[in-house]
Amino acid sequence: MRTVYTKVDQIVGNVITVAASEVSYRELAQVTSHVGTAQQRTSLAQVIRLEAGRAFLQVFAGARGIATDAEVRFLGKPMEVSFSDALLGRVFTGSGAPRDSGPRLTQNMVPIAGPSVNPSERIIPRRMVRTGIPMIDVFNTLVESQKLPIFSVAGEPYNELLSRIALQAEVDVIVLGGMGLKYDDYLFFKETLEQKGALQRSVLFVHTAADPVVECLMVPDMALAVAEQFALQKKRVLVLLTDMTNFADALKEIAITMEQIPSNRGYPGDLYSQLAARYEKAVDFQSAGSITILAVTTMPGDDVTHPVPDNTGYITEGQYYLRNGRIEPFGSLSRLKQFVNGKTREDHRTIMNVMIQLYASCKEAREKRSMGFKMSAWDQKLLSYGERFERELMDLSVNVPLEQALDKGWEILAACFEPAEAGVPSKLVDKFWPKKP
Amino acid sequence: MSEKQGRVVGVNGNIVTAEVDHAVTQNEVVYVSTGSLRLKAELIRVRGRFVEMQVFEDTTGLRAGDTVSFSSYLLSAELGPGLLGRVYDGLQNPLPELAEKTGYFLQRGTYLPSLDRVRKWKFTPVVKVGATVHAGDTLGTVPEGIFTHRIMAPFGATGALTVQSIVGAGEHTVEDVVARLTDAAGSSFEVKMMQRWPVKMPVRCYQERLRPKDPLVTQVRIVDTFFPVARGGTYCVPGPFGAGTTVLQQITSRNADVDVVIVAACGERAGEVVETLREFPELTDPRTGKSLMERTMIVCNTSSMPVAAREASVYLAVTVAEYYRQMGLHVLLLADSTSRWAQALREVSGRLEEIPGEEAFPAYLESVIAAFYERGGLVRLKDGSMGSVTIGGTVSPAGGNFEEPVTQATLKVVGAFHGLSRERSDARRYPAIHPLESWSKYPSLVSQADVEFGRKLLKRGNDVMQMMKVVGEEGTSMADFLQYLKGEFLDAAYLQQDAFHDVDAATGGERQKHVYGALVGLLRQDLAFKDKDAARSCFQRLLQATIDWNRTAFGSADFAAAEQRVRGMVEAVKKPESVKAGAS
Repeated sequence: MRTVYTKVDQIVGNVITVAASEVSYRELAQVTSHVGTAQQRTSLAQVIRLEAGRAFLQVFAGARGIATDAEVRFLGKPMEVSFSDALLGRVFTGSGAPRDSGPRLTQNMVPIAGPSVNPSERIIPRRMVRTGIPMIDVFNTLVESQKLPIFSVAGEPYNELLSRIALQAEVDVIVLGGMGLKYDDYLFFKETLEQKGALQRSVLFVHTAADPVVECLMVPDMALAVAEQFALQKKRVLVLLTDMTNFADALKEIAITMEQIPSNRGYPGDLYSQLAARYEKAVDFQSAGSITILAVTTMPGDDVTHPVPDNTGYITEGQYYLRNGRIEPFGSLSRLKQFVNGKTREDHRTIMNVMIQLYASCKEAREKRSMGFKMSAWDQKLLSYGERFERELMDLSVNVPLEQALDKGWEILAACFEPAEAGVPSKLVDKFWPKKP
Repeated sequence: MSEKQGRVVGVNGNIVTAEVDHAVTQNEVVYVSTGSLRLKAELIRVRGRFVEMQVFEDTTGLRAGDTVSFSSYLLSAELGPGLLGRVYDGLQNPLPELAEKTGYFLQRGTYLPSLDRVRKWKFTPVVKVGATVHAGDTLGTVPEGIFTHRIMAPFGATGALTVQSIVGAGEHTVEDVVARLTDAAGSSFEVKMMQRWPVKMPVRCYQERLRPKDPLVTQVRIVDTFFPVARGGTYCVPGPFGAGTTVLQQITSRNADVDVVIVAACGERAGEVVETLREFPELTDPRTGKSLMERTMIVCNTSSMPVAAREASVYLAVTVAEYYRQMGLHVLLLADSTSRWAQALREVSGRLEEIPGEEAFPAYLESVIAAFYERGGLVRLKDGSMGSVTIGGTVSPAGGNFEEPVTQATLKVVGAFHGLSRERSDARRYPAIHPLESWSKYPSLVSQADVEFGRKLLKRGNDVMQMMKVVGEEGTSMADFLQYLKGEFLDAAYLQQDAFHDVDAATGGERQKHVYGALVGLLRQDLAFKDKDAARSCFQRLLQATIDWNRTAFGSADFAAAEQRVRGMVEAVKKPESVKAGAS
């Protein structure tokens, strides 16, 4: 039986200090207070610092209501999550407690935030993830084991996009990590997955905006630990994290409480390492499954140089910009696309390049128009092309497989240009350019 | 064994505090033990009875009272034959061998010997018994791939040493004693094929340091022609994310004209290292015909690996670079990215509660960065041969803003600056080195006058472009418009390079001299066009022809034909002599 401590020396923010020597770093403890309902009275806490016979504990449910004589019982183990197929279809909080009506799971506990994959065991990505969204499949292909953020701003339909990708992507398991979600958004995810029958292959770890902030910190680690276990069982796992900016803000909050020196706009100096530790869990195991991570990062003030998107961009393998309800072709980038888009259909790369170049020219023509310069016949062609491109491929409601999207691309090109104008190699023109009736 | 020990009293992230009652050494290696785990750490601060250590691993599970053992040696690299072709983590653990032992995941507290202890090397002595040698002098050699690897007297030895005994030609492992040396005081010591050297101390066993002046050809045109790097020089490549810092380094690591390349992947994406890991063994080095891996060593401490080992990784890389330099080889060290290392310093500094400098980086950031880049250099060794360490570091400035402390501290100490710009990479202009903001203090492959001409043209072209955005094409004079077209042409036809094209990806020194000379000659011509559209379309065709020229093999018949075509196109639009005299 482990010792129970009943003297809390210090309470600052969500961190309490107990004079205790027999504890280990990152060990879990159960803190019981007298105030509140039975549920509120007990909370998990984790040791985040040991110093001269004192242990600093971060209380998951927050320190509100904790008395200086609260019971602190150390559990002798770091944070763990139960792993089995029983997780599928379930919803949990950031600390692993059921959020639905199902039972609490305590079987087969695995540690979270485990060690990173040996780089020499990684392999070059090889498989495409089909999403049915042309702006992704054709122009910035998502690849298994990729880590990609969706850079967006508040008000954009990023959660809708995320759920659509989740439903349409060809994966075995979906793990959703929700951080600081509005309750409505949580229900949206749950209902969407349920209606489309995808809940049975999903696990949800959800922290809503009203929940204690410390639990927000646990969400990515819980989600990724579960994903890793599924991947080791040869499952192809898609992890959705929304919104990583809330996670970073939670880090900031805790760091400030702990009197850490902030580095950039109040964020702790280790923000890059903290984000990287999560994103780098994306992996394709040589002889097992894979983890693909798609995360939402909202950019405060639509500013990509804000520390969160900026650090994220250095970590992830590209990014999708979601603006005005569309995935922007400029700035959006999948760094891994060249590993797969040479193996899909021979015209894939050409369509990708040609359509984007022409769309860029179209943008220039639009600028010229807005400045009142004269429009040439070529400019007119570009303008009509741009319109069709936006309506028939860029729009998020378009939902077609890659091959159809490529065909659509040829159709638009042929309707707007002569083959020579589009700059398509003649070999492909012969094969793919739609013949005029 | 009377090992010095202490007890853990505090844990804060990867900083562990211990209480000791004996003498300790700053920066010595320490092991923290809990249960069966033994974690490597470095002592970084002493305060009375309390010492603080940065642990190179995750500290979960450590508790007060755990044992701390002091090794009394500084964090060192194992140096000897068999370093090339290997992949190490920041503490010089061979990663593929770790994988054999622990599987997919890196388990903390698992350390392996850096050099193969079993493999035998063919040793040939070059000194005789009774000879006098100094630290760093060659005692014998072993063949290591394409190189003759020198087995040297320990770098740390002092004064004149006498060879008391040396083994004959034969096969030995790195741990075999190959010689016995006696110092001036008469005490003798054994020399093995392998020696240890503290990574944070520069190796200084050379005759003199020289000023770097010979260009190191990277085969990237914008670098070699406009912003050259010298053998033994230093340069930095700052860039916002997505501007192609890593791609540029990967290309350089393949094509650079040096003997040995050390790649330090420090705190960056694991996926990128994997590309190098998987592709290098398959690629052939055009200089030797052997696999590129034979001249490469990779230190790999990616972003999710322990932060404290990031610092160790860049020092390990530079120490190995210096070691091969001591053999009269030219070594290129590519560090990607120094910002991650600086961030590691910041994390540790924060946990030690040091007074922060700008953006919370520690106040000693500048001196640490300066000391690192100063380890690059061109030296004449004691036997007269030359060796060099060239250091190229990428910098990942927050928000792509070059005003931040790491970029600024780096710019103060490097000889060349290749600033990547988001604007250029968005416009798909690769490499995205900004031709107007970058600089180099080293001499170029081509004449200074030609470089100046090119720079002025680019500058003028850019000025005209800015102006045209306001007044439109209609309001621009023909002369200005031509300057703009020439500038854009030089940019697109020469500065930009297709990294994925077999020929265009790497342009050798001779070819650069030839092509750039020809282009400058053509661009100096006065040209005449009937209107702007004619000028534009002529330059478009000229550009297409030059790009085709860039894609032909140097010296081939196609090359000559393509050149003739480009020259002919310019000749056709040359301004007649009589008009030219009157106009200018």
